[in-house]
Order: sequence, then structure tokens, then C-alpha cells
Amino acid sequence: MATTTAALPAYSRAQRVTQVRVMKSEWTKLRTQPAALWSLLSAVVLVVAFGVLYSLLREARPPHGATAVASFDPVSVSLSGVQLAQIAVGVLGVMLITSEYATGLIRTTVAAVPKRLPALWGKATVLTAAILVIGLPASFVTFTAAQSILARQHLSTTLGQPGVTQAVIGSALYLAVAGLLGLALGTLLRSTAGGISALFGVMFALPIVAGFLPGSLSDQVNKFLPSTAGQAVIAVHPDPATSLSPWTGFGVFCAYTAVLLAIAAVRMRRGDA
Amino acid sequence: MDMIEIHALTKCYGATAAVSDLTFTVQPGTVTGFLGPNGAGKSTTMRMILGLDEPTSGSVLVNGQPPRSHAAPLHAIGGMLDPRAVHPSRSAYHHLLALAQTAGIGRSRVREVIDAVGLRKVANRPAGKFSLGMAQRLGIAAALLGDPATVVLDEPVNGLDVEGIRWIRGLLRELADAGKTVFVSSHLMSEIAQTATHLIVIGQGRLIADTSVAGFIASAAPAAVRVRSSDQPALARILRSPDVTVTPMDDGALAVSGLTAAQIGASAASAGITVLELAAEQASLEDAFVDLTKDAVEYRAARFEEN
Repeated sequence: MATTTAALPAYSRAQRVTQVRVMKSEWTKLRTQPAALWSLLSAVVLVVAFGVLYSLLREARPPHGATAVASFDPVSVSLSGVQLAQIAVGVLGVMLITSEYATGLIRTTVAAVPKRLPALWGKATVLTAAILVIGLPASFVTFTAAQSILARQHLSTTLGQPGVTQAVIGSALYLAVAGLLGLALGTLLRSTAGGISALFGVMFALPIVAGFLPGSLSDQVNKFLPSTAGQAVIAVHPDPATSLSPWTGFGVFCAYTAVLLAIAAVRMRRGDA
Repeated sequence: MDMIEIHALTKCYGATAAVSDLTFTVQPGTVTGFLGPNGAGKSTTMRMILGLDEPTSGSVLVNGQPPRSHAAPLHAIGGMLDPRAVHPSRSAYHHLLALAQTAGIGRSRVREVIDAVGLRKVANRPAGKFSLGMAQRLGIAAALLGDPATVVLDEPVNGLDVEGIRWIRGLLRELADAGKTVFVSSHLMSEIAQTATHLIVIGQGRLIADTSVAGFIASAAPAAVRVRSSDQPALARILRSPDVTVTPMDDGALAVSGLTAAQIGASAASAGITVLELAAEQASLEDAFVDLTKDAVEYRAARFEEN
């Protein structure tokens, strides 16, 4: 390669590291990492496509009988894609940090941000912002589209009904926290495979394990598990026997994530990068 | 003071000591070579200088402060450890931009640095597609982004072509002339001897030598001069003396130590012998380095036998 090099002028401007500057840096990294953009796009596609498809299915096979109609939840049908999208955003959260450990880029990052934690908070902020910015419109659009489909069988509801707006907003919030949970696990384990496995274990395997417990105990334990607790915010009429109230459940999910992020922060700040 | 001060530095991974009780200072205004065979602990030491690894014991000060306490780290220390440590699908420009943004360094400086390392034409290409030489240039660009007082580069010449090697030698000297502290590792003596003025040599994680390059060369085995002439046996007779050894080589040339090339030429001329080839051998420097570091390996092996 023929190269032409120019003289490098001095550069003596103050270069203090601030949290806002690190956030800008992390935003640049996120938007220039194709895999991250694909994860976000697939989360949107999963929310919209699955919500619409499931609504079409229920339109074709509507509930029969008074009890079935009474227990039919048009909100959860329209937001069912969140169950799949949480995988995409959770993996995104894991990857956002483990890709830096895999490539060794983390060393450049922490040499530039020697306090280290601003880099983790920067990643957490841009991840949350990105998921909410795409997740909120996605859930509102999906809800609206799904209700217009379900309306043909007179099964639809509106945002004005109690708990409905909370569920639509809550599904985007749930996705954001799922992403943060991935980020925490990735930071703790420093390995993409390990982080994703741990994420799946927490989100999917724990409820299955809880299912092996005797009946009432199973319900009691299950409603405190991270994914079950978090998904309470997406339910319009939660059953008190099997689910926490929406914001309590979401709070429990946030608390688990916060604890894991705190442990991850301690691990990142101490010792070798 | 803008320098690197290392005191009683030790780093253990489990029971293995990668670096043991290392003490030296890297001065500003010169290029200091950091020499040692592969696995000697050079990279470990550099990671501690950059604040990436925590010393098991001992201390590192960069510009008078522990590496992780700098408020403007990119202006204090610029480092390159692994040129392949980039996100493969991110462009070189965005890689540098993300780094620059942590310290509020503007886009114009990013372009300046890209031009300075000669990556302008490929700045928008994914860094993962770079050759090793281009990756080295990108790593050096990252190290120079904040115009740091101290520059730490791990094996920067690896993978560079002749033009690139010449460029980096000039660059390192320019940085030193600008008063910066420049610390560059290599496992090849010949490479370092042409750039550095001071040397830190380690082996098995221990300090072997802390010396000027000139001092190291002086202490090294006396250089031999290779000579071919019209009458080799006669020339050997003339040159031999108690201070001079003349050894015939496999190809018929004579290896003469104890005399300079000029002295040999003059002796041959006065005896009427035609000199066909006269060259100072360069190998002794590399040999001296190998001898030095081999001692460190043997020292360690001897200790094992004692146990």
C-alpha cells in the first residue's frame, strides 16, 4: 500500500473525560456496529410481525363461549411479539460489551476511560435510549394494527381502557430492562456465549424449573422470577394468584437487573481489564 | 514530570510471576526501547503502565500520577497494545471518532491523525479488513489522538513494510524531539538499535539491563570485520597480533576482531595486498542481546534445579 503521511500538529486542548462525552462515544459505537442495528431492527420486526400474525390467528379462531370471551385479553395478544423481541434486545445488551472483550477493544476503551464505570453507564444509557426510541413506536403501532384486526370479531379494546396504555408503554420498558439485564450478564461473564446462555437461563429456564415445584409454591415462586415479574407490566388484568401487580412486578424486575448491574460494575472497575 | 516511573513492580497470574520486582524510569525526550524475548513480560508491563492491569505489588507512575487517576487520559498516555483490537465491521474513522469523543476531541483532529498515519484513503473501510501494517497505523493513530505526553507502543514495527518501518522510526524520533516520553517494545535488538537511544532489557519478568544503546553496543562483544583480499594467508600474517584475532570463514573470507575496517585497509595497502571486500559485521549486537537474555532463561532453569 502506497501511503502518504502528513506531519501531525500538536493538540493541546483540554481533554477531560466526562460522562456526557463517554455517552456520545458509546452512541457512535452503537450506531456504527451493524450487528447492533440488526438486533434493534429484528426486535421491531418481531414485535410488529408477531403481534399482527397472532391477532390474525385469533381473528380467524375467535374464543367461543362466555368465559373464553371474558378471559380473552386483546392487549396481550397484540403485544405477544415482546416475548420474542426480548431475545433480540437481551442479546444486543450482552453483545454490546462482550464484543469489546472478544476483540480486545475493551482495553482501548478503559485506557481512554480509566475510571471504567462511565463506559458501562454510557453503554447502559445508549442501549436503553435506543430500545425505547424504537420500542415505544413499535408497541403503539402494533397495538393499533392488532386492535383493528381484532375489531372485526368485536374483540378489540382501546388505549382509554384501564391498564391498556400502561401495558403498551410497559412492553417497551420491559424490553429496555431486558437489554440492560443482557448488558449486566455480558459484563459479568465477558463472553458472548456465556452471557447469552445466562440470559436464556434467567429468562426462560428459571420459570421452567419453578414449574417443577408443587402447585401453589410454584405459583408463589414463579411470580417473583425476573421475566414473570417483569411481564406483569404488560398484563392488563393480572391474576393475583400467579402474578404481581404491574408496577410491583416491573419494580422487582428492575431490582434484579440493578443488582446484577451493580455486581457487574464492581467486577469491571476492579482488577484487570 | 512527564516520565514513566516503575518501582518494584510485580505482577502474578496465579502462582506464575509474569513480572518480578521491576524498577526503572523512562525519561522524556528520548526513545526508550523495551527489549526482551517473547514472553519476557513486556506486554504485561505495558498493560500496567496503561492502567489496564493492576500490579500485584509495586507501583507505576505516569507523569507523576498513577495511570488510572488522569483526568485527561488520552492527553497523558497514548498506548497501542494490540493493533487487531478493533471492532471488525466498524470503519477506522468511526473507531477513532468514538475514542476521540470520550475526551471531547473533535472530528478535525481525528482527520489530522488519520492523515498523519497515512490512512486517508482507507479511513471509511471496515477496520477488520485491514492488513497488519494498516492495523498498526490505525493503532498508532489511536495512540497519538490526544497528543499525549507519554507514548507506549507494543511491537509497533510488526507487520510493517520497509516504507512503514522507516516512517515509524522517523515518527518516534519526532515525538522524542518534541519532548515526549516514548517507550517502544520489541523482541528484535536490531530494530530497536536504529531508533532508540536508551534500552530497558528484561527476561523472565526481571530487569536485565537499563543502559544507553551506545553503552550496550560498547559492552557487547567486539565487532568483527569481514575481509577478502588477493592474498588471504599473507594478510592474516600481517594482521595477527596479541590483541587481534583472525578467523578464516567457510567462504574464504577472514573475520578480524580487534581492528577497525580502516586499520585493516591501511595494513593491506602498505603490504601491497589488494582488498576485494571489507565490511564491519553487524551481528554482534544481536548476539550480545541473545546472550544476555539466554542468561536470564538459564538463571531461571538453574533455580528450578535447586528446588
